[in-house]
Amino acid sequence: MSVAGTQPRPSPAPRQAGVAKDERLAGVSILARLLQRPELGALIGALAVYLLFATVDATPGHLFSSIGGMQNWTDAASTYGIMAVAVALLMIGGEFDLSAGVMTGTSGLLLGMLITRQQVNVWFAIVAVMVFAAIIGIANGVLVVRTKLPSFIITLGTFFVLRGVDVGVTRLLTNTVRFDISDQAPGFRSAQSIFGSTFLAPYNFQDAVLWWAAITVGATWVLTQTTFGNWIFAVGGDANAARAVGVPVARTKIILFMYTAMSAAVVGIMVALRFKGIQSGQGVGLEFFYIIAAVVGGCLLTGGYGSAIGASLGALIIGFAQIGIIFANWDSNWYYTFLGVILFLAVGVNTLVRRRAASARR
Amino acid sequence: MTAAVAPTPATSEPLLKIRELDKHFGPVQALYHVNLDLPLGQVTALCGDNGAGKTVLTKCVAGIYQPDHGQVYWEGHPVHIRNARDASRLGIETVYQDLALADNLDIVQNMFLGRERVRYGLLDEDSMERAAAETLASLRVTTVRSIRQPVASLSGGQRQSVAVAKAVMWNSKLVIMDEPTAALGVVQTKQVLDLIKRLRDRGLAVMVISHNLTDIFQVADQIAVLYLGRLVVQDKASAFDRQSVVDYMTTGGSSRIVGARTETN
Repeated sequence: MSVAGTQPRPSPAPRQAGVAKDERLAGVSILARLLQRPELGALIGALAVYLLFATVDATPGHLFSSIGGMQNWTDAASTYGIMAVAVALLMIGGEFDLSAGVMTGTSGLLLGMLITRQQVNVWFAIVAVMVFAAIIGIANGVLVVRTKLPSFIITLGTFFVLRGVDVGVTRLLTNTVRFDISDQAPGFRSAQSIFGSTFLAPYNFQDAVLWWAAITVGATWVLTQTTFGNWIFAVGGDANAARAVGVPVARTKIILFMYTAMSAAVVGIMVALRFKGIQSGQGVGLEFFYIIAAVVGGCLLTGGYGSAIGASLGALIIGFAQIGIIFANWDSNWYYTFLGVILFLAVGVNTLVRRRAASARR
Repeated sequence: MTAAVAPTPATSEPLLKIRELDKHFGPVQALYHVNLDLPLGQVTALCGDNGAGKTVLTKCVAGIYQPDHGQVYWEGHPVHIRNARDASRLGIETVYQDLALADNLDIVQNMFLGRERVRYGLLDEDSMERAAAETLASLRVTTVRSIRQPVASLSGGQRQSVAVAKAVMWNSKLVIMDEPTAALGVVQTKQVLDLIKRLRDRGLAVMVISHNLTDIFQVADQIAVLYLGRLVVQDKASAFDRQSVVDYMTTGGSSRIVGARTETN
């Protein structure tokens, strides 16, 4: 018997019922709800970092705060953003993926290999890469769910396996450390126009920015509006409680790992098509940037809390820093230090805000 | 939402019948030839010492464990309960000792977790909020400030109430409660016991697992005792006194005669 059949629905009460209550009460609850939002800290942080780099900008004509500058920092932030959203969902679901960075390289290299060695149509290669990524994601997920080992360990293993395979296979096949993709390959131009081209001439924003925006909206919609989104929060918050009420915990987690690996594949495809080739070391180390973006965006490492918009704002902060430091004529090595400090600040502010919000509710 | 099930006289077919149920884990025989009847409109207390098999029996009924042998009858029909969803489809809801509430979710999300109401493929928050509020009100759970507050911010009694409300919201016919008063203070214990009586008055079958004999004699209509995996006795509560229940729990038998009593197994 269907669930709907077991619950006779009360006739819909007028929606305005809540509005008729004391408006002052509604005001308080809106403020409380705002403080509860995981992305609030990231929003404030993004504004602060933007203002900082707009101020210290040493370029003639204040490039950072111009549309040209915007092209620069959205370009830098977009691929981080696509991945940060996936990593955030996985983190809300209580898991972790250290292989997310190297997967971008593995996917791009596989694409390059299929196009240059097997001479397949680029679109066919893209489909094959996505399938491959889905399998890697499922493997990560199944290993984590079955062995009950921390995903940190499982994906660390995947990370190193793939890292070695990336370099090893590339050297074996090309005797170099990169695959070059010819723009004469069948299907290349149409694929590049979707994955690695620009829009809005003369500013030429990267296609990845559109992907990033769409993925953020889509992920937010899934998290807040759908049953699956509810399950993500539940398996991350209390997997046993979720299992007891019939939430498919294993399936939810495996799907999240799959989504993360497939996002990495999309990014790898973008890099390979945009630069008409890919290095064997591509993506190594980037997983930490994704995690920083997700945590700055309000995700808890323990799961059950976070947001896709927050992760995107976190990626935006990384983009601001990467471009802003160059525009400010600082030594670019400070980039890492800057991101480290931002991470500390964000975690501090997020924790503080969350405690405030929690105590205010009681 | 929580339409009362018509109270059935205790003489008719019990709602749930367990016959010859066996369950072992490796060499450990957790349950051995267990027979148990749970009638509608009655509170059945399941007692037993630690390790007697109370939780295992509960989990077999709730679909978490699969029994090795034996048969479960629901409303007279043999059924196989393969998972938690099967159990809730039949109308069996379990309130676990740890309550199985996700701290990070709010009350409404917890009450509908795994069975969210959707409309056009999206969560129907309005309808879920209304139903949750109605159920809580019908159980006279009034101490909760907002049904949108995270469960983490609730007191022990409120959490128990939410867990019970979650269980009865689904037109359930059998509510199983594992140690519902174990972690509660005096006032909260009374609230939960009242809640249990209200469930019975609605005509539901209730099975309460408890160590607390005071609580048991306050709410139970019948008492069943497990001893080392065997169900040694099941009878109406008036057939026992505290000492005889303790005897059954600790030795598997009792020489005390309180009322008419039929020993099983």
